Amino acid sequence: MPAVTQNQTEKAIKLRKTLTPAGRAWRTFRRHHLALASAFTLALLVLASALAPVISSYDPDAASLNILAPPSPEHPLGTDDVGRDLLSRLLHAGRISLSVGFGAAVLTVVIGVLVGAPAGYYGGRLDALLSGLINVMLAIPILPLALVLSSFVQTNLTFVIFIIGGLSWPAVARIMRAEFLSLREREFVDAARVLGAGSGRIIFIHILPNTLAPIIVAATLQVANAILLESALSFLGYGVQPPQASWGNMLQDAQRYLRTVPELAIYPGALISLTVISINFLGDGLREALDPRLQV
Amino acid sequence: MNRYLIRRTLLAIPTLLVVSVLLFGLLQLAPGGPAALYAGPDAGPEDLERISRLLGTDQPAPVQYLRWLGGVLRGDWGISFRYREPVVGVLAGRLPNTVQLMAAALLIALLLSVPFGVVSAVSRWRPVQYLASIAAMLGVSIPTFWLGMMVLLVFSVRLRILPSGGMATIGLEHDPVDRILHLIGPASVLATMYIAAWSRYVRSSLLEVLHQDYIRLARAKGLSEWTVLTQHALRNALLPLVTLIGLQGSSLVGGAMITEVVFAWPGMGRLLAEALSSRDYPVLMAAFMIMAVLTVLGNLLADLAYGWVDPRIRLS
Repeated sequence: MPAVTQNQTEKAIKLRKTLTPAGRAWRTFRRHHLALASAFTLALLVLASALAPVISSYDPDAASLNILAPPSPEHPLGTDDVGRDLLSRLLHAGRISLSVGFGAAVLTVVIGVLVGAPAGYYGGRLDALLSGLINVMLAIPILPLALVLSSFVQTNLTFVIFIIGGLSWPAVARIMRAEFLSLREREFVDAARVLGAGSGRIIFIHILPNTLAPIIVAATLQVANAILLESALSFLGYGVQPPQASWGNMLQDAQRYLRTVPELAIYPGALISLTVISINFLGDGLREALDPRLQV
Repeated sequence: MNRYLIRRTLLAIPTLLVVSVLLFGLLQLAPGGPAALYAGPDAGPEDLERISRLLGTDQPAPVQYLRWLGGVLRGDWGISFRYREPVVGVLAGRLPNTVQLMAAALLIALLLSVPFGVVSAVSRWRPVQYLASIAAMLGVSIPTFWLGMMVLLVFSVRLRILPSGGMATIGLEHDPVDRILHLIGPASVLATMYIAAWSRYVRSSLLEVLHQDYIRLARAKGLSEWTVLTQHALRNALLPLVTLIGLQGSSLVGGAMITEVVFAWPGMGRLLAEALSSRDYPVLMAAFMIMAVLTVLGNLLADLAYGWVDPRIRLS
């Protein structure tokens, strides 16, 4: 039976093929169906926001006399309380919410690494000081503090990103400290030191790349957290300021029309939820794919 | 153990002091002080001076802070700028409401998350597992305030079975049934995130425990699966949950705050939001510090509970 023999040979070849770490990660990730679907959804959301002016030709901030209009061919989702096209506003708000999410997550991770890495690597007094700082930050309720900070000035997009990033980093710093604490004892670090590498080189060239997996996972989840925090701030009126639309401040306006035009409240919240749940599933899939301890 | 307890408790004091200095400093940095807001747009410079002397904001910042701290240590949290009455009185009216809301939410979360977690851990049926993981992820991903709005929309506006916010119907302030009806909405909304997060935790923790040898032994002895689960596995699986609950202080405080705003629940969170817009610094400081104390207390309890429920961990 030549067919069987050929099949067996193919199998043997497949078995012999060794997988790169990235290949193995991709294989695990692919099996996590929800994560895969989430990555697709997220790509769609990003694309739709990026192409907002192409998809909807209305100026998201242009008011008109056609207020609270029901869906129609001109306005596929209707208009809001001052006659702005709802679809156009949702898409442009997506740009804001996603930018805040990604921007704040990058900032969170950068600060988290800069504080956590030296604490874990050097230990001693520096660790005591930085850990103290982390613990004080963790003792402060984030949402109220973010509110206090943003109530001072007329907030803009950059300011919101800085507030969220500046308050969320302790969680990442704690993870990075633990990673560096354990990695600095490994042989490859000793080897690097024996070869004459300085502390900076060891931290950034030798240890940091080994913490990439937890960094990627933490960064993903921070994007979700930042989007939630931004929407809460904007909902309370202290985040992204109107007329610039964000999903959070659209919900603030929608509160008054909950009885009459609930769609105004349903769409932005559903988009926040969809985005955040996709990011969380993506993080879940990445964790499974990147953490060798979880691999079967 | 006792020395550890004392050390941990003492460590909480400088933490809270640093938090208070930080917040006080932040309020000093704020442009446009409270005097300007209370004086109104037509006030002349001497009016401003008189009002800031009245509010005590004419003193240098360190003096103001020490005055505030001295007062707090004597149980005097100052006079509210807005209500012109002692902050202690303003807070006393609000704090019990927040505690009530948090306690109800924690109770709901605890009662539901453990069974959910157990079912999703032991079920071999794929749809159940899929459903459980999607439901849990939904729970942690939906913004609290939007969930609150949707609960109001469905149960108050459409079905008309729940009141549309507030704490009591006028005239029924002391009716327990009325109070519970008002509590159901906000407490369930606040609980949702924790039901989701904790049931996920219970699930993974239980799965880990179920693979251990002593469980195999218990099964080999011929114990029923129910006994193995409840008497042997669950006990150990629930240990880490104790810590997790304690560490949730900061998020619980924030969640309660935003839930109170959506449901018009007259608690501390709403007080803080109001104090913010009216620049009522004494109330703001007090509300904020109480939230920080709750958070630190949660962390402390988590630490202590961990050593207490798990004798394998010896604290030094």
